[in-house]
Amino acid sequence: MARNITYREALNEALAQEMERDESVIVMGEDNAGGAGSPGEDDAWGGVLGVTKGLYHKFPGRVLDTPISESAFIGAAIGAATAGLRPVAELMFVDFMGVCFDQIYNQAAKFRYMFGGKAVTPVVIRTMYGAGLRAAAQHSQCLYPLFTHIPGLKVVLPATPYDAKGLLTQAIRDNDPVMFFEHKALYDVAGPVPEESYALPFGEANVVREGGDVTIVTLGRMVHTSLAAAEELAGGGVQCEVIDLRTTSPLDEDTVLESVEGTGRLVVVDEAHPRCSIATDISALVAQKAFGALRAPIEMVTAPHTPVPFSNALEDMYIPDAQRVVSAVKTVTGWTR
Amino acid sequence: MTDDRIVPVTMPKWGLSMQLGKITAWVVDEGAEVQIGDDLADVETEKISGTLEAADAGTVRRIVARVGEDVPVSGTIALLAPADVTEEELDAAVERARAVIDAGVPEGAVGPEVLTAEAGGRKISYAGVGADGDVILLVHGYGGDRNSWLFLQEPLAAKYRVYALDLPGHGTSAKDVGDGSVGVLADAVVAVLDALGAVRAHLVGHSMGGAVALAVAARDPARIASLTLIAPSGFGPEINAGYLRGFADAQTRRELKPVVGQLFADESLVTRQLVDDLLAYKRLDGVDEALHALADTLLDGDAQRGDSAALVAAIGDAIPVGVVWGSADRVIPAAQAQSVAGAARHLVDGAGHMPHMERPGEVQAAIEETIVRAG
Repeated sequence: MARNITYREALNEALAQEMERDESVIVMGEDNAGGAGSPGEDDAWGGVLGVTKGLYHKFPGRVLDTPISESAFIGAAIGAATAGLRPVAELMFVDFMGVCFDQIYNQAAKFRYMFGGKAVTPVVIRTMYGAGLRAAAQHSQCLYPLFTHIPGLKVVLPATPYDAKGLLTQAIRDNDPVMFFEHKALYDVAGPVPEESYALPFGEANVVREGGDVTIVTLGRMVHTSLAAAEELAGGGVQCEVIDLRTTSPLDEDTVLESVEGTGRLVVVDEAHPRCSIATDISALVAQKAFGALRAPIEMVTAPHTPVPFSNALEDMYIPDAQRVVSAVKTVTGWTR
Repeated sequence: MTDDRIVPVTMPKWGLSMQLGKITAWVVDEGAEVQIGDDLADVETEKISGTLEAADAGTVRRIVARVGEDVPVSGTIALLAPADVTEEELDAAVERARAVIDAGVPEGAVGPEVLTAEAGGRKISYAGVGADGDVILLVHGYGGDRNSWLFLQEPLAAKYRVYALDLPGHGTSAKDVGDGSVGVLADAVVAVLDALGAVRAHLVGHSMGGAVALAVAARDPARIASLTLIAPSGFGPEINAGYLRGFADAQTRRELKPVVGQLFADESLVTRQLVDDLLAYKRLDGVDEALHALADTLLDGDAQRGDSAALVAAIGDAIPVGVVWGSADRVIPAAQAQSVAGAARHLVDGAGHMPHMERPGEVQAAIEETIVRAG
């Protein structure tokens, strides 16, 4: 039955249940078993995020510590996937993904296509993204648009503990490479999660709040920001429909288009930079396929086109907040030709 | 000090786990005259939305709960009072009611404990409420769970000890249904009766749960004090096979919603939360296989299988039987009530396949009438 657990616990439970179900599932990454201050591999940290804690002793030999060499262990995970395992690799910060780009976008993403469907690459790369932890420009980015751009990769961003467990379960069972994005600010968020295993399909957006006046399309941490804005706006009589995309590749176009056809107004809320982003992608989709329904220009609420600042004051201004969403909604509801 | 001229309208308890409700809209304004059964307010819980009907007649003098705020179950949301009650008296009553709402749900308050029994190696979940009286066990239908009884379990608990279980393949019980036969499901009901130590109990079964309750009664008639069957399965060949297969096959909310709509006469009762909850259930490992196995038990091609009529005939006068059917049932036609030999028949005018959710008051009366006949 469902009980309240955190996003971190939900991820851990999905890993544990899939490792139990399928012995080809392995976990690998930095400090997944050992870690600073540990005498060796001793389940000290469970990864820097604590997500894999407890798995080392439960599944002997299937939780692997790796050197601090992303290019090596991401390549190893992808190779192991092509050879029959289902590795879940943890790459601490998505910001470090650059050093293993060839393995991801030119190898893993291409195998099924280039071998005519005869090869599968069931690898999951879990990684942490987003600003808010005073971790500066090299540890705070939202780089999911880069991966969404590449055909052959699936890109997943759970916003709640329920989605975290169901989407990670699906990611592990999926035969394609999956980029799995976990927002730093969500690990301690709690919510109801069934004890039993379940898989949530990719490409199915979740309407987290219904409303008839404005459609807010969002994802990841910004789902919570958008819901707070929608709650405030409801007090003033404006009803927002809030759509959590859950996966950016595949993308659930129908849910977005059907909602905008009903409301005629769109605000996209995305923590990533504004250029070539999910915000621009959704805006283009709606402008092209639901133009006739639009009653106001589309508004985008995003971070600015700058690196994430280290200054606390600047970082706080950098991250889109509920007030910016409220004001964007007021812009689209107040717009007149 | 309470004044019995002031009648509180309270937040209902819809489902054992409900602790808070929210008024989404007031249908009445202060000053309105209401009769019993009039719509008062739209109420939303975590699980379901519904309309609260007036349990008393009178003048709405004060609306206490604001739209959108959380109100603990049984908290006062409005006050009915005649014109001779003064504004000062009403103000004092509002103040007491506000204090309850503002205090919220007490820390650590939880719903009734979910208990487990075991049947053939399968874990069976059940939960109960009510301190005194005979045992009633509620048996849900295909794709349902013990929360299907959310509008009935609490009201019946005023006089009875009322339990509801999750059949195998459903709710939080084990998802394995073996060969998917009615017998496997009946074993689960017997296991719960055993776990309760109930030597005698009243069974209430809905749809497939009706056939299950009947199977239990046929096995051991001395143990079953009365039997209330709500739109039970197995009484005739006609059934909406598209509904059963559609429910088993639906993979997305877009596919599931129109299917679930067929359960109710008024499809607006199908809330987003209801569909989301069903989808979350369907996505649990093992549920897909269970639902398909059970659909094969219920269907022979597009016709309904079942020997319910023969079982009722075999029971004869040994157990009082009541049958309840919605006149607008789009899953199993209400005409099949005629095949329930010797039963007291209650046709719920305008209800669909879920009269216990659509018109719980009438179904409660039918259940209590059947129980009374048991003596």
